[in-house]
Amino acid sequence: MTAGQIRPIANSVRSGAARAVDVLNGYLARIDAREAEINAFNLVLHDEARERAEVIDAEVAAGRDPGVLAGVPIALKDNMCTRGVPTTCSSKILQDWRPPYDATVVQRLAAAGAVIVGKTNLDEFAMGSSTENSAFGPTRNPLDVTRVPGGSSGGSAAAVAAGFAAGSLGSDTGGSIRQPAALCGVVGVKPTYGTVSRLGLVAFASSLDQIGPFTTDVADAALLLEAIAGHDPGDSTSIPKPFPSLEPSLTRGVEGLRIGRITDLPGGADADVQARVDAAFDALAAAGATIVDVTIPAFTYGLTAYYLIAPAEASSNLARYDGVRYGMRVAAADTNAMYSATRSAGFGPEVRRRIMLGTYALSAGYYDAYYGKALKVRRLMAHDFDAAYADVDVVLTPASPSVAFPFGSKTSDPLAMYLCDTYTIPSNLTGHPAMSVPFGTGADGLPVGVQVLAPALGEATMFAVAAELERAAGAAQ
Amino acid sequence: MSAAPWMHEGFEMVVGLEVHVELATATKLFSGSPNRFGDEPNTNIDPVTLGLPGALPVLNRQAVELAMRIGLALGCTVQECVFARKNYFYPDMPKAYQISQYDRPLNVDGRLDLPDGSSVGVERAHLEEDTGKSTHIGGSGRIHGSEGSLIDFNRAGVPLVEIVSRPDISSPDQARLYAAELRAILVAVGASDARMEEGSMRVDANVSVRRPGEPLGTRCEIKNVNSVRSLGRAIDYEARRQVALITAGESIRQETRHWDEADGRTHTLRTKEDADDYRYFPEPDLVPVCPDAAWIDAVRASLPPLPAQRRQQLAEATGQAIDGEAVMTIVERGQDAYVHAVIAAGGAGERAVIHVKEAFAEAGIDPALPAATLASLIAMETGGQLTATQAKTVLADLIAQPNGDPVAIAAERGFEAMASDELEAMVDAAIAADPDAWEKFCAGEGKAMGALVGHVMKASRGQADGKVVTALLQARRPT
Repeated sequence: MTAGQIRPIANSVRSGAARAVDVLNGYLARIDAREAEINAFNLVLHDEARERAEVIDAEVAAGRDPGVLAGVPIALKDNMCTRGVPTTCSSKILQDWRPPYDATVVQRLAAAGAVIVGKTNLDEFAMGSSTENSAFGPTRNPLDVTRVPGGSSGGSAAAVAAGFAAGSLGSDTGGSIRQPAALCGVVGVKPTYGTVSRLGLVAFASSLDQIGPFTTDVADAALLLEAIAGHDPGDSTSIPKPFPSLEPSLTRGVEGLRIGRITDLPGGADADVQARVDAAFDALAAAGATIVDVTIPAFTYGLTAYYLIAPAEASSNLARYDGVRYGMRVAAADTNAMYSATRSAGFGPEVRRRIMLGTYALSAGYYDAYYGKALKVRRLMAHDFDAAYADVDVVLTPASPSVAFPFGSKTSDPLAMYLCDTYTIPSNLTGHPAMSVPFGTGADGLPVGVQVLAPALGEATMFAVAAELERAAGAAQ
Repeated sequence: MSAAPWMHEGFEMVVGLEVHVELATATKLFSGSPNRFGDEPNTNIDPVTLGLPGALPVLNRQAVELAMRIGLALGCTVQECVFARKNYFYPDMPKAYQISQYDRPLNVDGRLDLPDGSSVGVERAHLEEDTGKSTHIGGSGRIHGSEGSLIDFNRAGVPLVEIVSRPDISSPDQARLYAAELRAILVAVGASDARMEEGSMRVDANVSVRRPGEPLGTRCEIKNVNSVRSLGRAIDYEARRQVALITAGESIRQETRHWDEADGRTHTLRTKEDADDYRYFPEPDLVPVCPDAAWIDAVRASLPPLPAQRRQQLAEATGQAIDGEAVMTIVERGQDAYVHAVIAAGGAGERAVIHVKEAFAEAGIDPALPAATLASLIAMETGGQLTATQAKTVLADLIAQPNGDPVAIAAERGFEAMASDELEAMVDAAIAADPDAWEKFCAGEGKAMGALVGHVMKASRGQADGKVVTALLQARRPT
């Protein structure tokens, strides 16, 4: 499924040419047919979605415009709060928790007329790169069910790839949108930090987390991102200005743009993946762009810095799951024993590992050597990218070092799993935007994603390049 | 009211105070829930207060401004500041971290001048959020050994400013002066009601002892001090305890100690080994606060006169000592503006301070009795139409009926008709008429006074004030 879906659906529902209920039924039918096999969802909202679609149809019938996403079925990663609807983060510790409020993105989707079809599976608390860390079982890649969909937003990527939703939202802390997008052959965008409100996104690492869209094409991604972006006074880190329209970018082309090739990029990408990235440079050059070599010396240290900063913040963010006020509680003799029993039973091994790592990194006597040094790398990374962006408009890298890998192939070695994030992590550390665009296939005919990186607030240029890559990939088929 | 120096068996004490004060904001530090004391438990709550997943803090501008008022009143430098997370587990701490300030506090490097002429450095005054309140059922009332605990999150997220003094305090008296003066400033600038008994002002003391000239000794932190008076007692006890240990050849263990009001002692709460590692790091959900010069200047310009300045003005206007009880009390109650108004209306300052200090303890900052009325009463008193005692009686009536007319009340009481020399003559006549009773009265027989007063009442046909007559009789009794 490579054609855009969101625009055609919204256009036909708004014009009255199609009914939202019928559109929804098409998606629900595919869910009913394949969800047992894929396990993209923690929860499918059949009834709520139908009621919502009926309301949209009634709006149109009454002559009102339900919005730019009228009747568009959207799936939400299950770490975004939905009022009265379980929000689990694929963790036993929040298994039955129902938020009393909607995340800002959920409110914005509703205001734009979208229909929420369900809450998608993820690595527990978004910690992982394969969705194998879910407490509710892994999601399977719709393109090859023996392989992972990537992670942590594997459910959201798989839902779009399988046609369970026209688009979906994920969260990206170290690559959790871009890597599964690459592995599932869909478009995935991590916007500039502060573009999309984090209010109601259950925090993993607050200074790195950012919500973004999964779609089947670049134009849909632009539309979905525009619908959820923009200032939210409820998130103090939200950028206090309006998000610009990406519409002009989609047809701009890349004439005159300078595309950066990082000459000191850490190795590790498989040859089939690297071949597609090389082809992407060629395609952009053919379309009028200039390829410019740049160096990002700090790139190599990104992974290490990330695996100190993200667990440090996580150790604090996840401390609230103590069994006192909500979520799972395992009774014990006294309060400290209750904390320990609850958290040992409620969190899976990867979450526990990262809490331990982060607690250690922040401890007295170790802060300067670990967390403090990681913050320095973070500043260095921003400095190196700023220097590169003096010479280029965007940078191209692989989104993932490999195509989708088989289940269990990295679960016994956490470091091997962490290496999946090599190319995506720097953008989280700098807060810059980046997106993965499908660009042909690699080994076993599985999709390869090319990552477009841009400077802060550089979404317009980033989307122009992504749209060109999409055209080139389509022409090659 | 100068602070008495403290010295015990050749040791001096070194004390620093950490004062937590709840800010008088309309809403909480990071959410829109009301900041109100005494409401039904768990009614002033929201996702931020409860630390629900996905909730995010949004800083309350009014809290920053009140914190700046405190800092500027203490002569601090107001600077760009950063919030930090202080991580530890406790059931009434909803996020398992407290949002506080660590290495970049809002206010730094201030000073508090005390009425006795000494001054105490203020290291910092930073913003942070309060915790919820636990009530432990059964057992000792502490969490350990209790049958269960109830938590009220109304207080969670209430804005606090923590004011940390330098270890410049050297006696219990000086600590009391510091706490009282700080409280007066907090109230004056409108930052807090600063009630220690309600917990809106909490004082912890870091106490150590040393021989003069020696380096600082190991300190202990004293918590649970619930009044200015207890603060002095707790510090005195703790310093003596430390001196006793040292003179017995033992060493001081750094620990947190709990003041027990009932037994007048401090007890170990937790030792340094049990202390949490708070793992402070910058709060990623908030951005740095950068108060610009214009904002700081505007806040500074809006500060009212501070207690020290007001004491000086009141002392000058009334001829009282600047650290005398009358001046201290009236400024503490915030009634100095009223006294100035009485003076402006023609009342003598020295009488105004006495009357206000003695009769206006319950009158609040803005007494109901018009300043002009008190000025008229004082004029009657200084003009000789009323004795001091009669004036007090009329004032008591006026406080009960603030719209009353002192002339009319004095007339009703018969004070006006009864010129004081006339009453004095009647008293002399009564003594002359009943020398037997006078003799007994002089010998200390209280009952005899009744007969003498009766004479005066009869002679004045009930117009005389019994209390005044009693006073006159007592004044005549040879001592």
